[in-house]
Amino acid sequence: MDKKQIKEVIAKRVAKEFTDGDVVNLGIGLPTKVANYISDDIKVILQSENGFVGLGQAPEKGKEDKDLTNAGGQPVTIKKGGAFFDSADSFAIIRGGHVDATVLGALQVDESGNLANWMIPGKMVPGMGGAMDLVVGAKKVIIAMVHTQKGKPKILKECQLPLTAKNQVNMIITEMGVIKVTDKGLVLTELGPEATVEDVKASTEAELIIADDLKKMEI
Amino acid sequence: MDKFIKLDEAVDQIKDGMTVMIGGFLGCGSPHNIIDKLVDKGVKDLTIIANDTSFVDYGLGKLVANKQVKKVIASHVGTNKETGRQMNEKETEVILVPQGTLAEQIRAAGAGLGGILTPTGVGTIVEEGKEKIEIEGKEYLLELPLSADIALIKGSKVDNLGNVYYEKSTRNFNTIMATAAETVIVEAEEIVDEINPNDVMTPNIFVDYIVGGEK
Repeated sequence: MDKKQIKEVIAKRVAKEFTDGDVVNLGIGLPTKVANYISDDIKVILQSENGFVGLGQAPEKGKEDKDLTNAGGQPVTIKKGGAFFDSADSFAIIRGGHVDATVLGALQVDESGNLANWMIPGKMVPGMGGAMDLVVGAKKVIIAMVHTQKGKPKILKECQLPLTAKNQVNMIITEMGVIKVTDKGLVLTELGPEATVEDVKASTEAELIIADDLKKMEI
Repeated sequence: MDKFIKLDEAVDQIKDGMTVMIGGFLGCGSPHNIIDKLVDKGVKDLTIIANDTSFVDYGLGKLVANKQVKKVIASHVGTNKETGRQMNEKETEVILVPQGTLAEQIRAAGAGLGGILTPTGVGTIVEEGKEKIEIEGKEYLLELPLSADIALIKGSKVDNLGNVYYEKSTRNFNTIMATAAETVIVEAEEIVDEINPNDVMTPNIFVDYIVGGEK
């Protein structure tokens, strides 16, 4: 798989996690692509933390509205039935448990469901934006990421970088598989289209429990 | 009670060393005319409270690039390389706050609250130096109110009394900041005779001055 295919596989698989009526917040980058693969059979309401629900597609060229952007500052549209609100309401929605699922990228994620995705000391300190609130407040936290970084594992026994939140991650979806975070540790439940159990183990520092009913990732 | 002032008069109220809140999210819903005037005038040593520092050449990012800011309190500065550079070289103090916490700290100041308790940041470096309080078995951080000398906000429609309506996603931090500063200046995109009371998002009692309305 090339980079584009890898991202497509991940985005497609994440999109299957949603059910009809879910309120979902998608992070910037790869998570944003998930919106393209949500089944037409279900209605998912996308939340944009800068202040609305009902996030739609990017506008046609020339139809951009300076007053309507997403949390990355790009012009977007709002769907019929959407609603605008201010930042306090937006984070009441996020922190208050009214978001069913959030999808975020990660620099590192570990066996305890700890997540590090907001800074590399001395190198990259962009700020956490809404990520810390999202990870603490969303009912389900899904990490969508490429399995390794330049060949180095990102799924670790213990995160080394400053945390975004403790014990909040529920699920990790990569091109190599689907991993659920449980009380017993990380459980590999699905295998990516081109991966073997040995591949996944070799690319993961954390201990992996292999599910009895391990299956191929459906995408 | 006439609240209309000229752009120059608005900017004249902002003095060196003041704490200024600026509405907007990556520039969307920011009072760009006031910001640009502030850049021209060169007021310095400002403490800026805002969601982000926008971009080097857009919105309040220009104030950072022009070295008028000594301290930034924001949730995200990654879109403005100059903020990062000044932070790394210790030219500017940057305090990063989770976005939801920032909103509630400002709201707390405006609402007369002594602080708020949030689970966000527990177990991370955000909790350093803060009091942790356990309620029904769950840990929360005590976050204190954030107020300012001046709040600069942007309204899509403003009436003669200072009632404000915000279009689409421009509302963001504007409504909250309007409650939390000593002096509140709204930059109007359009001045209208009347806003239906049902549609008022910032009640006029929060607004001290109105500028703009070129549209």
